Amino acid sequence: MIVAGAFTGAFHFIVHNPHFLASKTLDQIELSAAALGIALVVALPLGVVLGHFHRGATIAIGASILGRALPSLVLIGIFLTVLGIGFRNNTVALAVLATGPILTNSYESVDRVDRDAVDAAIGLGMTHVQILRRIELPLALPLLFTGLRVAAVTVVATAPVAAVAGGGGLGDIIVNQASYGLSGVLGASFCVMALSAAVFLALFGLQIAVTPRALRATKVPGNLSGKEPA
Amino acid sequence: MSLASGPVIPNFGKGSACVRGDHTFCWDWVRDHWNDTLSPALVQHIELTVIAVGIGFALAFALALLAHSYRLLEQPFGIVSALLYTIPSIALFQLLVPFTGITWTTVEIALVAYTLVILYPNITAGLRSTSPEVLEAARGMGLTRQQVLWRVELPLAVPAIIAGLRIAVVSTISIGTIAAFLLPKGLGYPIFVALGNPTPFKTEIYSAGALAIGLALVCDALLVLLRRLLVPWARLRFA
Amino acid sequence: MSSQESRAAAELRFDRVTKHYAGRETAALSELSLEIPAGTFCVLVGPSGGGKTTALKMVNRLIPFDSGDITIDGRSVRDLPLVALRRGIGYVIQQVGLFPHMTIGENVATVPRLLGWPKRRIRERTAELLELVGLEAADARRYPAQLSGGQRQRVGLARALAADPPLLLMDEPFGALDPITRTRLQDELRRLHHEVRKTVIFVTHDVDEAIKMGDRIAILREGGVLAQYDTPDAILAHPADEFVAQFIGEDRALRRLALRTLGDVELDPVDGSTDVPRAPRSTTLRNAVSLMVGAGSDRIVALDDGGTPVGTLRLSRIEELL
Repeated sequence: MIVAGAFTGAFHFIVHNPHFLASKTLDQIELSAAALGIALVVALPLGVVLGHFHRGATIAIGASILGRALPSLVLIGIFLTVLGIGFRNNTVALAVLATGPILTNSYESVDRVDRDAVDAAIGLGMTHVQILRRIELPLALPLLFTGLRVAAVTVVATAPVAAVAGGGGLGDIIVNQASYGLSGVLGASFCVMALSAAVFLALFGLQIAVTPRALRATKVPGNLSGKEPA
Repeated sequence: MSLASGPVIPNFGKGSACVRGDHTFCWDWVRDHWNDTLSPALVQHIELTVIAVGIGFALAFALALLAHSYRLLEQPFGIVSALLYTIPSIALFQLLVPFTGITWTTVEIALVAYTLVILYPNITAGLRSTSPEVLEAARGMGLTRQQVLWRVELPLAVPAIIAGLRIAVVSTISIGTIAAFLLPKGLGYPIFVALGNPTPFKTEIYSAGALAIGLALVCDALLVLLRRLLVPWARLRFA
Repeated sequence: MSSQESRAAAELRFDRVTKHYAGRETAALSELSLEIPAGTFCVLVGPSGGGKTTALKMVNRLIPFDSGDITIDGRSVRDLPLVALRRGIGYVIQQVGLFPHMTIGENVATVPRLLGWPKRRIRERTAELLELVGLEAADARRYPAQLSGGQRQRVGLARALAADPPLLLMDEPFGALDPITRTRLQDELRRLHHEVRKTVIFVTHDVDEAIKMGDRIAILREGGVLAQYDTPDAILAHPADEFVAQFIGEDRALRRLALRTLGDVELDPVDGSTDVPRAPRSTTLRNAVSLMVGAGSDRIVALDDGGTPVGTLRLSRIEELL
């Protein structure tokens, strides 16, 4: 009974507030994209380079462990005190969260590329950059993208918590049941889930587009262990 | 959703200069409030985690054994777990309230769900990780199905299980902070309280945060130690 | 046959065993009939698809057979409870399949533990077996990951022999090893078999290995049909048909020579020839021929352990020795 009521209420909410939800969703996308962007720029090159030279495994893998151990709430709280309320603090907090999976996976994906292929490339006289670009990265794509997807979905699903620190987005509704009622919370949650799914699919599509034809496997990625919800 | 409010800026007027000025970190506040704020929060948080992981593990283990012996349930879980992770935990907590009220139970149900969803695939994968030749040798030597499971497959699954436990424990501690949105318990509570203030009190946030992070890291380290004890064979090299 | 003997080695019999896999036209095994006396080292050899591994795995019922029967000491394998059957047969596979989470000692002790042997007996037996297969007692505490391929296969053998089964099944056990280790283990297994006369069914695709190891060889052609079953020497001398002749190779006459040594044959008296190759009595006839041809000589002098000439062999006599 309650379930049915809540669900219908949620759909009502969505239907009656399209612009409101859309603007909140856009805010959330902005926040998530910014956070992911920072994490990508920092962690991806670092991970790839470390993986190429097969060094720094402890850092790369430790980053994930540390990342998991940092509760999103704590991060948000800390950065709020450092950077004040608003967009910046939450972006940074979420970026820190996203760094773990991206760093670890970019490291592992390059580190695990078939050594024989790399050795052959070295023997043929390819430079480091050429090996990375032509051999390692194409072969590393699946695992790399898994990390990206995990990071992206984590950020999107965690962003609502940031609302308590001025993060805006759909979280504003979710943490404010007093104003929007349970249907509002549920409705906004559906939007978050839809957003997560969209991001997941978008990245998966990107992965397929970027993968060289010969390497395209048609497996849907399975377990997402290592992910941390909001 | 209201937060049960506790002391906002503690010790009105009685605070030290540090506290009143909201300096970066006030040890005196920590000392003064260890017993009434931080320590109970820590204990509650540990309780929360132990119950969630305990139940989650028991369930995941039972289900995994069933699935392994009867070859069912393999696929649905991938999808369910992917779905569950897209639900913000804050939302999930609130969504359970109509069913189980604003109680420990609500929080635990959500936490157990997240834990289950991490542990089940790990345990199943671990059980399936035995090499085919080891299984063939075991069968050929005359071990019964049960014996193969308990004497060969399970011991060999321990590394995967512990890996899953590490993730589950740390995740639970992390999500547990958000539980304070619902109930004034756990290490998230001091943080929410501080955030609810126009000028958030830094020390409170940092100390509770440090405890949460510390707890997670300590548990992770303990599990690594456990793995070393239980699995002496996994780190050997050919000598 | 005293009960002691029948415990030590079992007689194995295949009686018109047939197996078809669904959807395949050719049979995996076609009316295979073999009689393997107790204590024989019987090698199943043939090209892939010949059903040799299939036949082996039917003995411990890892693969079921459609018709016919397999009996051990007269009792059908279908009559014995499955687990008891398998605990009474030693089983060695190519990849060994040691349990990575157990020490070598625990691996070897697997079946005795299942059978409920007292701890002391298990310990003694483990030590005995490790010595038998050429490992050290200290190795009992190590883990499989710490051993080389050759060492692991020795452990596999020890594990199979642990409960002293009357029958041993070996499925291409040396296939994954490098040639030097393989040769060494082959020699050791032969020595072992002379000491511990169990019935062994040994599968391989390598004809040379079959000739070297077997008391009897069963050649299975594609479709699981028995092409020939006899001693190595008989097969080399009189291959049953074109297929067998092709399979063992055109140099089979020379291979037959490799089966005997100078010491095995009747030698002519020493005739004082100088400038003639000399070789110990243990040299195979094949190597003796090689030495003679290489030196351009028509005879070779055999020496005893001390280096004293004990007889001569002429190249022209080789023919009659075949």
